[in-house]
Amino acid sequence: MLDREHLMIQQLAHEFAVNEIAPAIDEAEEAGEFPDEVWEKLARYGFTGCCIPREYGGQGGDFFSSIVMMEQICRTSVSAASMLMANSLSGMPILKCGTEEQKQKYLRPVAEGKKRCAFALTEPGAGSDTNSISTTARPDGDDFILNGRKTFITLGPTCDWAVVFAKTPIEGRKPALTAFIVEAAWPGFSRGKREKKLGLHASGTCDLIFEDVRVPKENVLGTVGGGWKVAGSGLSAGRINVASQSLGGAQGCLDEAIKYAGERTQFGKPIGKFQNTRFVIAEMAAKIEAGRQLVYSAAQMQDSGQDALLQASLAKYYMSETANEVAYKCLQIHGGYGYMEGFAIERFYRDLRVMPVYEGTSEVQLMVISSALMK
Amino acid sequence: MKILVCVKQVPDTSGKVAVNEDGTLNRASMPVITNPDDKNAVEAALKLKDAHGCKVILVTMGPMAAESMLRELLAMGADEAYLLSDRAFGGSDTFATSQVIAAALHHIGIDQDDIVICGRQAIDGDTAQVGPQIAEKLDLPQITYAGAMTYENGTVRVQRMLEDGYMTIEADTPCLITCIKELNEPRYMTISGIYDCFAKPITVLTYDDLKDEPLIDVSTIGLKGSPTNIAKSFTPPPKGAGVMLEGADDTAVVSDLVSRLTEKHVL
Amino acid sequence: MKQTNFHNTTTEDFHGVWVYCEQRRGELMSTSLELISEGRRLANELNTELCGVLLGQDIDGLAAELGGYGADKVLICDSPLLYDYVTEAHAKVVCDLVADYKPEAVLFGATNIGRDLAPRIAARLNTGLCADCTHLDVDMGTYLEFLRKNSTLDDKQIGEDSLRKRFGTDLKMTRPAFGGHLMATIVCPRFRPAMATVRPGVMTRAAYDPARAAAVKIEHPPFSLQETDIKTRVLEVVKATREIVDLLGADVVVSVGGGINADVEKGIALGQALADTLGGVLGGSRVAIDSGWLSSDHQVGQTGKTVHPKIYIALGISGAIQHKAGMQDSGCIIAVNKNPDAPIFEVADYGIVGDLFSIVPQMIEQFSAVKAAR
Repeated sequence: MLDREHLMIQQLAHEFAVNEIAPAIDEAEEAGEFPDEVWEKLARYGFTGCCIPREYGGQGGDFFSSIVMMEQICRTSVSAASMLMANSLSGMPILKCGTEEQKQKYLRPVAEGKKRCAFALTEPGAGSDTNSISTTARPDGDDFILNGRKTFITLGPTCDWAVVFAKTPIEGRKPALTAFIVEAAWPGFSRGKREKKLGLHASGTCDLIFEDVRVPKENVLGTVGGGWKVAGSGLSAGRINVASQSLGGAQGCLDEAIKYAGERTQFGKPIGKFQNTRFVIAEMAAKIEAGRQLVYSAAQMQDSGQDALLQASLAKYYMSETANEVAYKCLQIHGGYGYMEGFAIERFYRDLRVMPVYEGTSEVQLMVISSALMK
Repeated sequence: MKILVCVKQVPDTSGKVAVNEDGTLNRASMPVITNPDDKNAVEAALKLKDAHGCKVILVTMGPMAAESMLRELLAMGADEAYLLSDRAFGGSDTFATSQVIAAALHHIGIDQDDIVICGRQAIDGDTAQVGPQIAEKLDLPQITYAGAMTYENGTVRVQRMLEDGYMTIEADTPCLITCIKELNEPRYMTISGIYDCFAKPITVLTYDDLKDEPLIDVSTIGLKGSPTNIAKSFTPPPKGAGVMLEGADDTAVVSDLVSRLTEKHVL
Repeated sequence: MKQTNFHNTTTEDFHGVWVYCEQRRGELMSTSLELISEGRRLANELNTELCGVLLGQDIDGLAAELGGYGADKVLICDSPLLYDYVTEAHAKVVCDLVADYKPEAVLFGATNIGRDLAPRIAARLNTGLCADCTHLDVDMGTYLEFLRKNSTLDDKQIGEDSLRKRFGTDLKMTRPAFGGHLMATIVCPRFRPAMATVRPGVMTRAAYDPARAAAVKIEHPPFSLQETDIKTRVLEVVKATREIVDLLGADVVVSVGGGINADVEKGIALGQALADTLGGVLGGSRVAIDSGWLSSDHQVGQTGKTVHPKIYIALGISGAIQHKAGMQDSGCIIAVNKNPDAPIFEVADYGIVGDLFSIVPQMIEQFSAVKAAR
């Protein structure tokens, strides 16, 4: 399934993650953010614009290449992968729905890694149920006045701009969802405090708060009232992305367990010589490989231009749940050490818990899957 | 101006090394990598390219499978590559290898403003001989062990590292530099570089392509042309279990340690 | 491009063992004395003369020392152009001497300079060169004994008859390959001189013999060397103590752990001093880093760096799996710990049960003494 380019990207992303990201993890977990120089390096080698066309500052890869990259980064650091995904989640809608000017002004710097863009859809009272969105954008001359609060925003603490979804009044109809590109430097834009989370400690998350933020109408992404389309344009990609993160994270857990099983000696031999350990590892490997095929086939479908919504949900559901099972069992192989900070498995265990939660919970995926199968 | 970089694909000796029963290396079972010092050589060339816009040309001798290494180095930013591959080149020692590579460099053409850069040594042989031997064959000045390097108007200035310090040495182009890992931090491939590298030219040069070069002579290349032969290759006896040292007092214990270390040439 | 007209296939025309005696600014490198000592042994096996080759300026005074360690004769080429080592100058003079005198073997120290010069010379002389040798033999009996003791080969694999037939009188040059996982014995049967660079510190220096020193013959052979022969320019020579190298590149790592808690400051100072003695760097276990005794860039282990230096010395480190993961592939592991049951001893080549505060000063003293004797 992997082209020669994908194999090289796989190798590049793995080497980069091991050499450049891994040494920064401990400090980043403490600080709540990877240092800028890690981000700059990610940008230098093209990780921030993997599947963005070159005319918009990207690397010109296909979607599959970004999936392979994400898998390998996440195999080392879930936080780093999560930040990269936020950037691409917001970049994709600009690429798909933005005007040429918007792409040059907002997408290029993001693809080049000079700026960071958050994706701001979720609200305290609205997750996947976007009908409940209460952020509003009221027309005022040539501008819109934005008010509301977005929550759990990845890249929130450091983003330079954000794709924000708000309800706009439309004459004669119910208010409809509209997407805006909002610059963080504009008056009325502010950020909430950093959230303390179970995992992803090196990926900052906070609320974005909009108080009478004046957004010029050139910054409407897509059409007024066309917010749904914008949000939907990145839906499958986002889910396949999380599926790929889950895949990489699961592989990272397995790597750790295999390494540990070879080193840890109990009752006179390495625990990797005990059949129980070996079978658990083998079983996890089989599940990971099954998930890998699911993720890759979804990515291939996405690249071929077909509707990948069902395939994305299948991949995301299966892989995110499996990743947690793998993390659990691999921690178990580590015994007491696995529960302690300092061993990567402890971090993976916490970090991977988000996979069945963000980009549509497992339950939402099951809704999508079942409604595709049963009317 | 162009930079010719000599590179080699090598078995990764940092991991497990598989040895056949007869004491030879089981190459097939080992992953291959680009020789680490050679990556520094490529980085040095790419830095010159960044600053002066010169062309970076890779030259390697090896099996056709070495293409994978060349693609990686092209994805880092090199412009084109030559792969010297022929059964007639197989089994070459450093002398015979340098003979073939020097012939290929001559075939490609070394101009007045060119620089040849090699890694100090390859991790499979650790000889550090091929660089200086190429320089001799091509009658180029050489500066080995480059730990720092600058270039200005046709002159290369190098900090040549010694065990107890360094010498600053200058040479005019064309010249040959061998570099050590302290010279720089090799860059990675870029994603766009990966997409571009398959369009960059790799020219395969065989014995037939090079046979008219004055340096090429069947009696001086390949296994038969190599002045040195391997009389025997073997594995050292396996490391026994550790020894707990005991003695009358600390002085005696340490002196026991010292004599054991000296005997085994560890010290 | 260079072509040589040096006819060196008539091997019986070549006699004598040479050692290129490296000196830097009038001071002999200690490896030169090791090579003279080893060269003496080889010359005896070949029943021939041992000759030291000394290039530089105002260096006649060094000849007696070479004699004292075994040289029969010293060839001295004196010129301001040979003062600081320059590849072209030294290569030209040695090549011309070899062409005139026809030695059968030439040894160089595998120093940065020896490894720059020897390949250039071998290429010009059209002969073979073996790099970084750790063992040399001419006599086949001695070589076979060496093989039996230092390899896993059985008699059949050794193949004595074939070896005797093919390489009976050749110089047999043994060296590690593939990071020391393999050893190879190299020969140069068709050409002369056979050349080798020899790893510094491996060959044993012989006892100094004042009578030999007094009897050494000194020759000043004619040689031609012009400034135009030299294309590289030496701008400066800087002597510097080794900069702090990172853990990954170090040949020697000395790490400290929880065992220094009785006196942290002193423990670190001792570790550092031991590292300095061996030209290595200081590392630490997780305890040492987490307790704030050392910064995190010193950490060896799962969380820190994985190192494989030639020598790893663990001081007061119990050897948690987290630590072992980062160092167990080191060449030679020496562990000092109070607790005889410390897991570190499972991976150590040499274990010492005792108090590091009294053992390390001993190590520093005795290691320094060994170094100084070289």
